[in-house]
Amino acid sequence: MAQVYGNDFTAPGETPARPATSDEPETFRALLEGEGRVEPRDDLPDAYRRTLVRQIAQHAHSEIIGMQPEGNWISRAPSLRRKAILMAKVQDEAGHGLYLYAAAETLGVDRADLLDQLHSGRQKYSSIFNYPTLTWADMGAIGWLVDGAAIVNQVPLCRCSYGPYARAMIRVCKEESFHQRQGFEILHTLSHGTPAQKAMAQDAVDRYWWPSLMMFGPPDDDSPNSAQSMAWGIKRFSNDDLRQRFVDMAVPQAEALGLTLPDPEIRWNEDRGHHDFGEVDFTELFEVIKGNGPCNAERMAHRVRAHEDGAWVREAANAYADKQAARPGADVA
Amino acid sequence: MTNAHADYVLGLADDALVSAQRMGWWISRAPQLEEDVALANIGLDQLGQARTLLAHAGSLEGEGRGEDDLAYFRDERDFRNVKLVERPQTDFAVTMARLLVFATWQAELYAVLAHSSDPTLAGVAGKAVKEVAYHVDHARQWVLRLGDGTDESHLRMQVAVDAEWPFVEELFGAVDPALVADGIAADPTVLRPAVLGRVGRVLGEATLTVPHLAPAVAGGREGLHTEHLGFLLAEMQHLSRSHPGASW
Ligand SMILES: [Fe+2]
Ligand SMILES: [Fe+2]
Repeated sequence: MAQVYGNDFTAPGETPARPATSDEPETFRALLEGEGRVEPRDDLPDAYRRTLVRQIAQHAHSEIIGMQPEGNWISRAPSLRRKAILMAKVQDEAGHGLYLYAAAETLGVDRADLLDQLHSGRQKYSSIFNYPTLTWADMGAIGWLVDGAAIVNQVPLCRCSYGPYARAMIRVCKEESFHQRQGFEILHTLSHGTPAQKAMAQDAVDRYWWPSLMMFGPPDDDSPNSAQSMAWGIKRFSNDDLRQRFVDMAVPQAEALGLTLPDPEIRWNEDRGHHDFGEVDFTELFEVIKGNGPCNAERMAHRVRAHEDGAWVREAANAYADKQAARPGADVA
Repeated sequence: MTNAHADYVLGLADDALVSAQRMGWWISRAPQLEEDVALANIGLDQLGQARTLLAHAGSLEGEGRGEDDLAYFRDERDFRNVKLVERPQTDFAVTMARLLVFATWQAELYAVLAHSSDPTLAGVAGKAVKEVAYHVDHARQWVLRLGDGTDESHLRMQVAVDAEWPFVEELFGAVDPALVADGIAADPTVLRPAVLGRVGRVLGEATLTVPHLAPAVAGGREGLHTEHLGFLLAEMQHLSRSHPGASW
C-alpha cells in the first residue's frame, strides 16, 4: 500500500488485493529470479495479474485526474510561451494515461471497464491531485515536486518485472523529467522576479511540500503489500527509501531556487549520509484517500461529467464504424 | 509597410489566438482520451501560429510591442479576430462544426499566403499549411461520424452547423485591395468559393444540410465583437495585468 502513482492506493480498513504465493508456475518463478521480463503471453499467477491490473489502472487514473489541477491554469497562463508549455504538459499526461491503459489491457481488461471503476470510486488515483491549484506558482510547485516525486517512484519501475508496464514507464519517465525541469524553471523565474512573485512561489512550495512527501505512502511498517510487490518485482524500493531519496534531491534544489522548504527539522545527517526531516502527518493522507481532501468531489465530478457529456459522441463513433463495416465493399478483416 | 499590413496580420493572429484559447478548454473534458490529446495538439498549433503572427504584427507596427504585449495588454475593442472563433464552444458538435469551417478557411488562406510577397508571412503560412491540413482532416472525420452516426448525433451536428453558419461569411470580409494587389494578402473572393465548396462537400457526405441562413452582423475585424470576447480576455489577461512589468 503505497501512494505515488505507480503504486497501490488503499486506506486503512479497506481490503487490499490479497496476494497468494503458493500456485505460481515454475516458468514465472524462473523469470523473476533471473530478473527477466514477464510478457503477456507468459503463464501469470492470478494474484500477480490482479495486483498489476490494479496498480497500472490506478497509475493511469492518476495521470488523467492529474490533468485537472494544471488544466485549471491553461486559460490563465501569464505568457503565451507558458501557455504553450502548460498545454503540452497536460497533453503529455493524457498520453501517459493512454500508454498505461494500453499496458493494463495487455492483462485482459479493457479501458472502458477501468474507467467505470474510477468513476464509481472502486479504484483510486493519487491523492496529490485532490489539492487545489490556487495560484500560477502552483504550476511550478507541481512540476518540480509532484512530477519530481513521480520520477523518483517511477524510474525503478522502468525495470519492473512486467514488460508492457516497464516499457510504458520508460516513455513516461522521459517526459516527466521535462515536466520537472519546466516546473523548476517556473519557480526559479518567480523566485527571482518581483516580491509578489517570490511570495507566490514560496506559498506554493509551502502548500505542496508535505502532500508531495505523502505521495510515497505510509511508512514501511504500515505498508502490508509492499513485501509481496517487491518479491514480484513490481516494486523495487520501500516507501521510506523513496521518500528519503526525494528529500535528498529536493533540498539542494530548493536552495538553488532561493526558496525554503516548510520543515524546520530538515538538516544534513553526516552519519546517515542523508537529510533528516520532520514527521509526515499521515492522518491527513488517510483522510484525503478516504475522500475528505479539499478537491476529491470536484475532481470526480469533473471526470464523470466529461465522460457522461461525451457518451453521445462515443456512441455516434461506434454507430458510424458499424455502418461503414456493413457497407458493400467494406474490408472484411 | 502600412498600418493596413500590420492590421491584416494582427487579424490572422487574433483568429488563431482566440481559437487556441477556446480549444484549451477541452483538455481534460473531451469525450475520450485520444481526443484530449488531439484537441490539445490543434490548440497548440493554433497558439504557435498566433505567437509568430503576433510577433510579426508587432514588428510591422514598429512600436516595440511583442507577442505578450499584444495578447495581454490590448482591450476588447483592439482585438481583430472574427466572431466565429470567440463564442463559447463547450459542445463537441459545435467545436467540430467550427473547426471544419475555420481550419478549411485557414488551409485555403495559408496555401495562398505561403507565396506572399511578405516573406515572414510566407514562412509562417508555409509551415502552418501542414498543421491545418491535419485540423481539417480531424474535423472532417468527426463531422462524418456525428452526422452519419446516431439519430441524436445527426441532430446535434446539424444544430451545431446551423449555429455556426451565420458567422462563416465574416471570414470572407473585404481586405485592403492594395494588400492583395501587392501580393501580401489573399483575395477573399478567391477563398470564398474554395472554402464553401470543400465544407459543403463534407456536410453532404455527412448527410447534413448546408444551411440557408443570413450572415450575422460582422465587425470583428474592426473590433466590434460579441459580448463573449470580454470574458475570454478577462480570464486570459488578468494575471499578466495584475503584475505589470513582471516576467514569467
Ligand atoms: Fe505523467
Ligand atoms: Fe508529468
